[in-house]
Amino acid sequence: MQHITQNITAEEQMFRLFQENLDTLKGQEPESISRLRQKAAENFHKNGFPHEKTENWRFTSLDPLFQSEYHHDFTNQSRPFDIEKIFTCDVYDLDTFSVTLLNGWFVYKNAPLTRLSNGTIIGGLSKAMEVYPDLVEKYMGQAANLEQPGLAALNTAFFQDGLFIYVPRDVELEKPIQLINIVDSENPLMIHPRHLVVQEKNSKLTLVHCDHSLTHNVSFSNSLSETFLDEHAILDFYKIQNKGPNSAVINNAFFRQKHQSKLTSHSLILNGGFTKNMITATLEDPQTSAVLNGLSLVDSNQHADNQLLVDHVAPNCQSEQLYKGILDDEATAVFSGKIMVRKDAQKTLAYQNNKNILLTDDARANAQPQLEIYADDVKCSHGATVGQLDPEAMFYLRSRGLSERTARQMLMYAFAGEVVQRISIEPLRERIDHMVEKRLKGELTICDQCVLHCNSKEPTVFNIDASKL
Amino acid sequence: MLDIQNLKVSIEGKTILKNFNLKVNKGEVHAIMGPNGTGKSTLASVIAGREMFDVDEGSITYMGQDLFEMEPEIRAREGIFLGFQYPVEIPGVSMANFLRTAINERRKYHDLEPLSGAEFLKLMQQKQKMVDIHSKLTKRSVNEGFSGGEKKKNEIFQMAMLEPRLSILDETDSGLDIDALKVVANGVNNLRSPENSTIVITHYQRLLEYIIPDYVHVLFDGRIVKSGGKELAIQLEEKGYEWIRKEAGVEEAM
Repeated sequence: MQHITQNITAEEQMFRLFQENLDTLKGQEPESISRLRQKAAENFHKNGFPHEKTENWRFTSLDPLFQSEYHHDFTNQSRPFDIEKIFTCDVYDLDTFSVTLLNGWFVYKNAPLTRLSNGTIIGGLSKAMEVYPDLVEKYMGQAANLEQPGLAALNTAFFQDGLFIYVPRDVELEKPIQLINIVDSENPLMIHPRHLVVQEKNSKLTLVHCDHSLTHNVSFSNSLSETFLDEHAILDFYKIQNKGPNSAVINNAFFRQKHQSKLTSHSLILNGGFTKNMITATLEDPQTSAVLNGLSLVDSNQHADNQLLVDHVAPNCQSEQLYKGILDDEATAVFSGKIMVRKDAQKTLAYQNNKNILLTDDARANAQPQLEIYADDVKCSHGATVGQLDPEAMFYLRSRGLSERTARQMLMYAFAGEVVQRISIEPLRERIDHMVEKRLKGELTICDQCVLHCNSKEPTVFNIDASKL
Repeated sequence: MLDIQNLKVSIEGKTILKNFNLKVNKGEVHAIMGPNGTGKSTLASVIAGREMFDVDEGSITYMGQDLFEMEPEIRAREGIFLGFQYPVEIPGVSMANFLRTAINERRKYHDLEPLSGAEFLKLMQQKQKMVDIHSKLTKRSVNEGFSGGEKKKNEIFQMAMLEPRLSILDETDSGLDIDALKVVANGVNNLRSPENSTIVITHYQRLLEYIIPDYVHVLFDGRIVKSGGKELAIQLEEKGYEWIRKEAGVEEAM
């Protein structure tokens, strides 16, 4: 492992780090990917990290994250670690195909890439670049925006591994694929996981992505995923974050959608020191739909930022954004949701709604709804509310004998429920429903972290007091 | 059971009730009538414990205890029930979960074991029949999307489930057609017992054809200006409120 020193700018440090480790970073990858990497590094060097003047970064500062000196694991020092020793995956009532990333590296038990009988490929991106270079080259970097200041370029410069999924034409995967992304390091660690998901025509996939930390140690995860949905492809995507208070997670998810493809995304932040989830969905062909749901439950001094861009390029598409937050203590949340309707995107239906409940005077929610419309025959709406629990509803419940605490919990649970109810897989919905309930009662522990009962052998309780709700 | 003495209540400095006295004994049904804006709903809210009002003077004693020392939920658990004039819609909270929680928090308060799921369902079916509320309503979120009549019926259903000692029905009849009105009255009459008391707050005499009160009080300008038996309600129906206004010497400007 290596670490960087602090007497030059963070950008300069990262760029030098890139140059020093270029050969290691390249590994066995195809030449075109190396060129992409080089270009991304140069873009990053030129544009730097996002700062308060960068669009959609006004209320989220990366500065606190640079107080730590990060280590980097470019040679996969984590590999000798026996994943089975950290946790056992006790699959409950939801049967999944489960894969793990440890400190950004794909962990495999038998093979680094699995090819199912129906032609589906699931495995580590690093190995996929060796075995299926043409496939990876065709898609890599085709969805991510590397021009803007920021983290997408940084990820592209530094990524080495991550999840690779290829679903062939007409294949419907019955089992959800679950990615468990674990950070477990003694030293502050910066990682850049990279995921590539390709769905061919008429394929169907459920992907559950859990971000997970096993310790309270400092970490900075800058992940990026690119997902390609060909005609009629359906993706049900879940992002569940239940991390320790000292972890910072940045996710940059790019979706490109072809004719009549359908994306449903659910971002659930149940815990996490610093979280910024960015989603860009580009509706390139007519009759595509994107439904983006989100729920953030944050307390202490946690920060949750959701940044969405739904880009309506083609006519007759639909999109919806429903994001809700419950904030306690000094927690802060940001929602910046943009609906872009380009001039050919007539008959667009696009809705956006952001609702926040603040439980204290110190909690803060910032909503930045943005509509940018260049077509004239569209239906678009947006709404944002920041408020307290409805005092009339509180009184109604208490007048029936419910304690103030129970009444508050019931109303918060109901508020969150609107998002939870949209989870279409029943066992998953029940599980998350249960987690949300426990979270609101202050009873959520680290062993509940992952949706699928991946119990850590020595469960530690989160040191966050939500019980006073 | 309930003893209100010399009560003075204001909201944001504006006096709504003053010099208000009322005594309700076990087994009695009291009707409180009066034109709009005379303080009827304020009285109901103050008894149930709504916090937006200031009690400036006076006392309310309930079952020998100072009511103002009790939080709204304690009042409920001690047997006070308010049938809301405008029942609140609570999306995402199911009727069943809400009522089961309410019943079990009350049972816990009285050191009783919680009702099991089966016991609760049985109770719910029994009471549904009694107040003629459709079972599909109890599967929905609290009052969400209910019609005006359904909301009022749902108040009576909750009252039946919670078996209060003292029920206060605040304009439960307003906006009801005659069939819904009969259902509401039936529910109240079925729950009537020598142990329970009811305060019916209404603008019209109509409801009192079905719920026969023991006493009728007329509220004007924040105080009771006339009390009588059920025949007073009939007089009001025939002659309106004007004669009482004159009799009580209340200014027209009220």
